[in-house]
Amino acid sequence: MSVTLLAAATEPSCYSRTVNEWFCADYLVDRRTELVDATVQHLGITLASVVLGLVLALPLALLARRFPRVEGAILGVSTGLYTIPSLALFPLLVPFTGLSPLTVVIGLALYSLTILVRNTLEGFRAVPDDVRESARGLGYSPARMLLHIELPLAIPVLMAGLRVATVSTVALTTVGAIVAYGGLGNLLANGVQQNFKAQILAASALCVILAVLLDALLLLTQRLLTPWTRTVRA
Amino acid sequence: MRLLGDAWAYLVDPANWTGPQGMLALLLEQLLLTVTALAIALVVALPVALWLGHLGRGGFLAINISNVGRAVPTFAILVLLSVGPVGTGEFGPYGRAGLATLIALVLFALPPIITNAYVAVREVPPDVREAARGMGMRGGQVFRRVEGPLALPLVVAGIRLALVQVWATATIAALVAGPGLGNVITDGFYRSDYGKGLAGAIVVAAVALVLELSATVLQRWADPLRGAAAASVADAAVADGGRRGDDPSSGHA
Repeated sequence: MSVTLLAAATEPSCYSRTVNEWFCADYLVDRRTELVDATVQHLGITLASVVLGLVLALPLALLARRFPRVEGAILGVSTGLYTIPSLALFPLLVPFTGLSPLTVVIGLALYSLTILVRNTLEGFRAVPDDVRESARGLGYSPARMLLHIELPLAIPVLMAGLRVATVSTVALTTVGAIVAYGGLGNLLANGVQQNFKAQILAASALCVILAVLLDALLLLTQRLLTPWTRTVRA
Repeated sequence: MRLLGDAWAYLVDPANWTGPQGMLALLLEQLLLTVTALAIALVVALPVALWLGHLGRGGFLAINISNVGRAVPTFAILVLLSVGPVGTGEFGPYGRAGLATLIALVLFALPPIITNAYVAVREVPPDVREAARGMGMRGGQVFRRVEGPLALPLVVAGIRLALVQVWATATIAALVAGPGLGNVITDGFYRSDYGKGLAGAIVVAAVALVLELSATVLQRWADPLRGAAAASVADAAVADGGRRGDDPSSGHA
């Protein structure tokens, strides 16, 4: 009996074998490194996925714009991929990429394509024809026009897509826990197995905070990149 | 590639499909969950969203609920519900953690349904609405006979998105020891039987694609203006930074 009492006395007040509270400041302090590591992994996977998605989406959108026949196929495939539940998509990639963060990154990048390709395409479409014609009249080559005229004008719609993709990627990264690379999702999976309430709430809250912060950051970037469209809202 | 062989071996073994924990039983359980959750979400959300669209009120909420829904991790909600007050007890035919799963499914089915139904009614061209008024129709009549039929394709598109979302969320329920086919995936991965996990993933993905295809057929069939006029409405819906209408991004798990 005295042994248990002793153990209880040294254990933190709001999480232990006997006490299991949702809000627990001691937990945040004691497991600070664990929480930071998970958040860093979460952020890394999210950013890598969105960047990979963007890198893939731009050429795909240009391709779809150049060849209207391909457009239906590209949009169809990216929408079809989106239909597959994340818990199934990651395992489907495992034979090719193994149990690595790459599995999660590729899966999430594929999901972000659905939104990014569509929005990039719409962004290019939003460029007025007379602007394009003026540029051509001024002697712009197609490549220069794309870089200096079309891309900047497409930014508001493109960024709207990027924000949506980023926010949903933050949420989806948690499912990467199935291959042990889920960032905060690992803490959720672990918390559910141990019925550890403080850990579950902290990981959930950090997830939402991360999404909100990234969204705000992207909105700010968009404002800075497009000073001429202060009123255009996504 | 040995993994693919293992998965195939698992899939073709009839013993894995039968029995109380066989894939067939889990598949039925997950389909039952999906249908129930979708039905509840429709009953709760559709009338309100359509009516708000008719009145043109509450647009900010109706449109932004989808954005909020996207930011909330499905997995976290499932965990919070099952560890929290709802618990993981058996719930009728829905299995272990059935109630927590059902609540999460309904929550994640709501945003696409609400946003699309609201936008669908708002998108009805104002001159059509005015013409109906000019012909002497009252508010309710305009809603039933003009706005309703014209809004139907987008409303069904929202239901399609909700269906995809619900199926995906129902799969994730296995991560909190819940019901459904996701268990085959989690079992396989947690016990390093990756062939089994892959087999489960293949079945889940195949059913998702079948559901999506059936819903697409239904959506086409629901369109009162199948043909040229309908195409222009769909275009208008897409040409808005992908936020409105047929937007496949309105939430996913």
